[in-house]
Amino acid sequence: MNMTITEKILADHAGLKSVKPGQLVNCKVDIALANDITAPISIKEFRRIGAKKVFDKERVVLVADHFAPNKDIESATQVKMLRDFANEFGVVNFYDVGRMGIEHTLLPEQGLVGPGDLVIGADSHTCTYGALGAFASGVGSTDLAAAMITGEAWYRVPEAMLFNLTGKPKKWVGGKDIILYIIGKIGVDGALYKSMEYKGDMIGHLTQDDRFTICNMAIEAGAKNGIFEADNVTKEFVNGRFKREPKYYASDPGANYLEKFDIEADDIELQVAFPHLPSNTRPISAVGEVVVDQVVIGSCTNGRLSDLKTAAEIMKGKKVAKNVRVIIIPATPTIYKQAMNGGLFDVFLDAGAVVSTPTCGPCLGGHMGILAEGEKALTTTNRNFKGRMGHPKSEVYLAGPAVAAATAIAGKICSPEDVI
Amino acid sequence: MSDKILKGKAHLFGDNIDTDAIIPARYMTNSEPAELAKHVMEDADPNFVKNAKTGDVIVAKKNFGCGSSREHAPVAIKAAGVSCVIAKSYARIFYRNAFNMGLPIFESADAPDKIRPGDELTVDMTTGEITNVTKNEKYQAAPIPEFMQKLIADGGLMASIKKKLS
Repeated sequence: MNMTITEKILADHAGLKSVKPGQLVNCKVDIALANDITAPISIKEFRRIGAKKVFDKERVVLVADHFAPNKDIESATQVKMLRDFANEFGVVNFYDVGRMGIEHTLLPEQGLVGPGDLVIGADSHTCTYGALGAFASGVGSTDLAAAMITGEAWYRVPEAMLFNLTGKPKKWVGGKDIILYIIGKIGVDGALYKSMEYKGDMIGHLTQDDRFTICNMAIEAGAKNGIFEADNVTKEFVNGRFKREPKYYASDPGANYLEKFDIEADDIELQVAFPHLPSNTRPISAVGEVVVDQVVIGSCTNGRLSDLKTAAEIMKGKKVAKNVRVIIIPATPTIYKQAMNGGLFDVFLDAGAVVSTPTCGPCLGGHMGILAEGEKALTTTNRNFKGRMGHPKSEVYLAGPAVAAATAIAGKICSPEDVI
Repeated sequence: MSDKILKGKAHLFGDNIDTDAIIPARYMTNSEPAELAKHVMEDADPNFVKNAKTGDVIVAKKNFGCGSSREHAPVAIKAAGVSCVIAKSYARIFYRNAFNMGLPIFESADAPDKIRPGDELTVDMTTGEITNVTKNEKYQAAPIPEFMQKLIADGGLMASIKKKLS
């Protein structure tokens, strides 16, 4: 039977020869992940039913990244629950401030997730790891609690959508622009319950980071997962990093797709998603005059070294506009150090931007850059729902690091070409 | 959840009601249901908590619960006394979470377009039949998948895991 890469990974983890869309399967999970918002509920459930141990001390990962470094007493209490739980049950991979980074950047970087894995995470952006040729999908805290105990989770095998990406992306266009363009086309429920699979010759032009960004936002189209087959770029990323044996899967030529889309690089300009939905996209040429109060460059979507390098290339030797607060958030301590040693902090600080400790912080309106009533932000994060970054009457515009850096300099949303 | 008829007034919402609208992240330094219930739907309708009575029904259009994986969303809805949600479709993580939390949710293509704010509704949890008492109309919700019914019969996901442990 011809299967997609997603179906093959699910079948293998369910101990079955084949699976088909709509089938309910019980799968073994390779990694179970939770953060400081979702883990406290999982831990309460774990304790409530009297579980005595986690299924595997190496394979439960807890990351205190959302409200950490602790923003107040309540968040400190939540993080303490993770710390105490990790100590009591011997959870090896608990990441506290100092080692902590934004989970979906941290796990691939630390080699905790890799090709062929099945990853369950109590965070919707768990789908990021599909960029490594893994099946990764977000769930709630109770599903995660069950997985922490049993090492298993149930899934409904999703129907697949194939995105055939062709051509070479234009200058400055990155993973963020490609995924915003796609979400703009299919809508925030365009891939509801489904798998978004990417193929085509454009992929050879995409960095591993571009692919992480594309899979990261699969959830913003309602998808269960996003996935690329691992190629040499992925193998190079994984080699010497991934702590377990990678398993490389590929879709069969005759695999079944519910829908197919052709995405041409020539059609993709730099993109901006207007409030209040990620699907509310416009090409940069159609943005018009939008003056902003804040720019954020960071998050699990675009807080990687390549994103910071792109931003620094545009901001070098320039000053941020007077009306704008610019917050740069390297996603992990490793990226932080690389950016610092690479001279990027000098560029940012000389320009008048600030560099933050790794945290999800402002992306979800947590801390480190909350918006007041009526304020507007252009950010490289992933959601622009009403009130997402602060006051319900504030506005969030989403874009990639190139547009964000240019906007920081100009004080209004614009293309890098307008400032260099 | 068998043999049960839910009863309450309808509160209407639109497409793509996201989890930040259901329960904003600013309240998520706490996971106590009663605390979360004080702010449910706040960014979609600031008067919802004031106006909603125990048993009332949230009626929404497509993709209800999109966005984050926060289980706090169905927890807050349930803790506020809402008896069930009727929508055209649900975001997948919300859908899973609702069943795991024991919040009944129903998928209906036509009911959300026909129901008006304040309509008195009854919902038969077994058959998925929705009755609009005010307008004297009936709508049919999709039956709850068998697998989900079994989860509910077991008393939710954690109860079934507990059974396995013992």
